[in-house]
Amino acid sequence: MRTIRIGSGAGYSGDRIEPAVELAEKGGIDYLVFECLAERTIALAQQAKMKNPALGYDPLLEPRMRAVLATCKAKGIKIVTNMGAANPEAGAKKTAEIAKSLGLSGLKIAAVSGDDVIEAIRETPHRLEETGGSTTDLGNRIVSANAYFGVAPIVEALAQGADVVITGRAADPALFMAPLVREFGWALDDWDKLGKGTVVGHLLECAGQVTGGYFADPGVKDVAGLGRLGFPIGEVSEDGTLVVTKVAGSGGKVTPQTVKEQLLYELHDPARYFQPDVIADFSQVEIEEIGPDRVRVTHGTGRAKTDTLKVSVGYIDSYVGEGQISYAGPGAVSRGKLALDIVRERLALMQVKTSELRFDLIGIDSLHGPTRGATGAEPYEVRIRVAGRTDTLAEAVKIGNEVETLYTNGPAGGGGAFKSAREVVAVQSVLLPRRLVGSSVRILEA
Amino acid sequence: MKLRDLAHSRTGDKGNTSNISVIAYDAKSWDRLCRHVTAERVKAHFADVVKGDVVRYELPRIAALNFVMYDALGGGVTRTLALDAHGKSLSSALLDLEIPDDESAA
Repeated sequence: MRTIRIGSGAGYSGDRIEPAVELAEKGGIDYLVFECLAERTIALAQQAKMKNPALGYDPLLEPRMRAVLATCKAKGIKIVTNMGAANPEAGAKKTAEIAKSLGLSGLKIAAVSGDDVIEAIRETPHRLEETGGSTTDLGNRIVSANAYFGVAPIVEALAQGADVVITGRAADPALFMAPLVREFGWALDDWDKLGKGTVVGHLLECAGQVTGGYFADPGVKDVAGLGRLGFPIGEVSEDGTLVVTKVAGSGGKVTPQTVKEQLLYELHDPARYFQPDVIADFSQVEIEEIGPDRVRVTHGTGRAKTDTLKVSVGYIDSYVGEGQISYAGPGAVSRGKLALDIVRERLALMQVKTSELRFDLIGIDSLHGPTRGATGAEPYEVRIRVAGRTDTLAEAVKIGNEVETLYTNGPAGGGGAFKSAREVVAVQSVLLPRRLVGSSVRILEA
Repeated sequence: MKLRDLAHSRTGDKGNTSNISVIAYDAKSWDRLCRHVTAERVKAHFADVVKGDVVRYELPRIAALNFVMYDALGGGVTRTLALDAHGKSLSSALLDLEIPDDESAA
């Protein structure tokens, strides 16, 4: 049976680059996919585009393309990526320039656009899925609205002969499933195959998270070679059977355990994983080791897709100010608690306007609260952290300042103060009827 | 016995919802996990963190449970004041859960 080998070259926008080069050079792959868009990334990219219309694509697009483009061209490996972020056209143009500067010619680079639906979102009120509120509540604070595309426009770009496909927002698994639909001719209403294809994409989209990253627990779950972790290769057969593997000799490992952890990563109801192309069903999936660093995954399935597409709406939510400072040695925890009390009092005295405040003792209760943190053992060192939400940046700055002044005004021996203040671009979701979203594919010849 | 002796775990995030997988090292332990790692116990374990419901899904074919915890990420990954905005460290905390000795365990 025919198989296609797909490499996963990035699990997020800031990911390591050289594992993707290793995949291109030694992975024997047909496709190299870079998944680089987290929930909020596109909203930040939209802000960058507003400042400079030639930007708005992933800041690491250039180093990534420079690192892999020549090898991919030489070996006939096609690239699919959502590094177009808020500006796929500019990302495609940039990629064409890079190809030229590398002396490459005869490359077809496709830009997939249309995911930007901010006009449709602004036109009429839409229900926000998370809060039950309305988009009108967000008023002019909305900075982006992008629909999650399925495989269709990517398949169209590949059918037009694209060597590189650059999208904005698309469902992460769709980046991996589009090559399968294209190569195997899977029908877009073959829900069983699309369910299996979603399993493929879901397992590969976080790159190193299925090859031993985000897994090691020394003495319990050991993983060798995390400094040179190999990224995954999905070997997919025409019937949708997947074998997860990696380049021989690279760091990390692929085992049923690493695959199971990633199968359930960011999954809610395993029988109903909503995607633009299908409602995937992972509940019957079987996972089996068939060799060293080779794990077979079968029995994914799915059923008919819904009539709506998910839209991520990015908006300016608030500002957050933060400060931290450390205490050590005997009495460190008491001095840390005293420091938090002082900052609490100072923020009230100075009438700093906050809508939410948080006081943490890092090393004690900062991650899971006092119930889980109460071990009774006194740590050698503790770091306090104060964070607060405000309506303006100027107000947010005051929070970190009140932590920093603990140097000369607070308990004994406070060191290593740090402060920050930032605008918070947050994200909520809307479900938009499919008929309101159209896609377009434009091919650049480089 | 701690849950860490029987199972491994990974946390994922979507908006203000966190999910934690609990995967048996040995499929023979799965029934025992089902008996002792309930949605109620997980909610109690994370009393300071999870403000909403906890729902448990069972995946017998891979001997795993998946816990979906609503209103668990301080208002959502993109706006929370929490140090661990994604709640990635929650899985390690869940493995600290005490599992009673169980005569029917294989």
